[in-house]
Amino acid sequence: MAKATKDVIYGLYNDEEVLMKAVKVANEKHLEIMEVFTPFPVHGLDPLLGFEESRLHIGGFIYGSLGTMTAFLGMTWIFTKDWPVIFGGKPYWAVPSFIPITFELTVLFAAIGMVVTFYIVNGMGPGIKLPILDNRITDDKFCIAFDKAHIDASVAESFLKETGAEEVSSKII
Amino acid sequence: MSAPVSAIREPLITGSKTYHQITEDLVSPTEKAPGLSWIIAFSVAAALATFGVFCIAWTIWFGIGSWHLNRTIGWGWDITNFVWWIGIGHAGTLISAILLLFRQKWRTGVNRAAEAMTIFAVLCAALFPGIHVGRAWVVFYFFPYPNTRGPLWPNFNSPLLWDLFAISTYFTVSLLFWYTGLVPDFATVRDRARGIRKKIYHFLSFGWNGSAKHWQRWESISLVLAGLATPLVLSVHTIVSFDFATSVIPGWHTTIFPPYFVAGAIFSGFAMVLTLMLITRKILKLEDYITLAHIESMNKVILVTGTIVGVAYLTELFIAWYSGYVYEQFAFFNRALGPYWWSYFGMMFCNVISPQFFWSRKIRRNIVWTFFLSIVVNIGMWFERFVIIATTLARDYLPSSWSFYKPSWVEIGIFTGTIGIFFVLYLLFVRVAPVVAIAEVKSILKSSGDQYSGANAHHHHEEAVSTDNH
Repeated sequence: MAKATKDVIYGLYNDEEVLMKAVKVANEKHLEIMEVFTPFPVHGLDPLLGFEESRLHIGGFIYGSLGTMTAFLGMTWIFTKDWPVIFGGKPYWAVPSFIPITFELTVLFAAIGMVVTFYIVNGMGPGIKLPILDNRITDDKFCIAFDKAHIDASVAESFLKETGAEEVSSKII
Repeated sequence: MSAPVSAIREPLITGSKTYHQITEDLVSPTEKAPGLSWIIAFSVAAALATFGVFCIAWTIWFGIGSWHLNRTIGWGWDITNFVWWIGIGHAGTLISAILLLFRQKWRTGVNRAAEAMTIFAVLCAALFPGIHVGRAWVVFYFFPYPNTRGPLWPNFNSPLLWDLFAISTYFTVSLLFWYTGLVPDFATVRDRARGIRKKIYHFLSFGWNGSAKHWQRWESISLVLAGLATPLVLSVHTIVSFDFATSVIPGWHTTIFPPYFVAGAIFSGFAMVLTLMLITRKILKLEDYITLAHIESMNKVILVTGTIVGVAYLTELFIAWYSGYVYEQFAFFNRALGPYWWSYFGMMFCNVISPQFFWSRKIRRNIVWTFFLSIVVNIGMWFERFVIIATTLARDYLPSSWSFYKPSWVEIGIFTGTIGIFFVLYLLFVRVAPVVAIAEVKSILKSSGDQYSGANAHHHHEEAVSTDNH
């Protein structure tokens, strides 16, 4: 993958509450944060970073509907057109007994579709390497990263230090 | 940021952990060489599993006649074990999905292991229908796919086919849910590892780097998967109960079966979670993460579901009498006083009487009692399925075909074999993956850590924040 490299300056914080305050300060000063990395989901961070609600659940609904239709229309076609068989005196098109399978396939399609979408939109997958700024981010460090192309490095550095970052470093990713 | 938590609520993480300490405690079991107890347990499980595989091969070679099934009793230990294992799986989904929707924080300590248990239990369960059909080599005929036999389709009106769809969906969704939860924790393991270990965990962690946007999507997908898994888990045991309830056999043809099976499934599943977690927390020294508060919560679930199951047994008896239908009355008379009376009383004792001990707070918080009762409950739930299946079939409408059934060594070997397979998988899992969800435990630290909440909280958290403000 030939991706454009970025020159990144980032600070590591020890606590998510300090990080949240720093993000608020950055918003007040209109500093453009490239990314925030945390070891666990920090609640309340999304609106500060201006994230809209994830649309994954809309995808889930669409995949689920696809599953409903696949199951219901599939069974309908099989038992009314392709190979009608009478089972226990029931009509060919025995809707109530199609419901369990229709439900299961709805759930199956929604779940598989959403999970696959999740990994695709994240750009993740088996063996894929995404930039890792510091190995301790998955342990106990909270990180704010700036792209030097969008912000003056000295401004970013002084911001990070003032807001309580324990370490400030640069890296090309 | 942490939500206000009542001061009387018990902390869920003890030992004044820091984030780094949590990583250290939960990842280190995968980094060390296995101890002697692990090796012994693994050897025993592997031996059982090997003998189980031998018995399965024997079955496929000689046919299911080697199980002592007969023309009257066509379902014996095989389907009993199938329903038992599927039921055990249900607790994992209940903990990871339903308790997530209810925002129960104590689930974070046990959800990872419980979901793993679900997956392994469903695998063991799925084995039984596969081999009990006899010709296991054409078992793919179950699936509806365009074929050259007509095309001949399976019967979509049959509960047995619904079951196939329910169980394959359940397995797939549980696996996806579990793995998506594992990805951030694999990344944690990866970032501490070196050499070949780093390469393996790099592959397994899918490139996770903790980006805030990824976490947002991760939380979103966890919530929706939980929302999907909740009706799914209820549907699975409902459909398993349809295998019986849609037949015309007295004792099976009852509308109470779906709720009663679901309650029984959760009941036995929590018992198995407790059996596993009590051993795991001891061996991996996870007492700070799986506390007495967790154990007590699970015991309360056992008490409630055990009582529901008890009410269902009594309702069945009452309805059998009240229906005025002699065949139904005979079916229940036969269960309690027929040739298999001992399994009926075993079931009543283990499932209805034994969980009542958990009314006592002392017993709910006593590890030895909990461990003992969890095993009793598992035995009881196995008896329940045996009572429903073999006892009912042994005495059907036609007295001339009444019969009796005892399992053969092959069938017993397959059952102990699935226990072996289950523990082999579980023991491998505790070696390669963090048994407790690291990221999720970290996310509740500030609301449920003992230095922040509960009787011993010493508010160093406010101090830390105020020193940062200078």
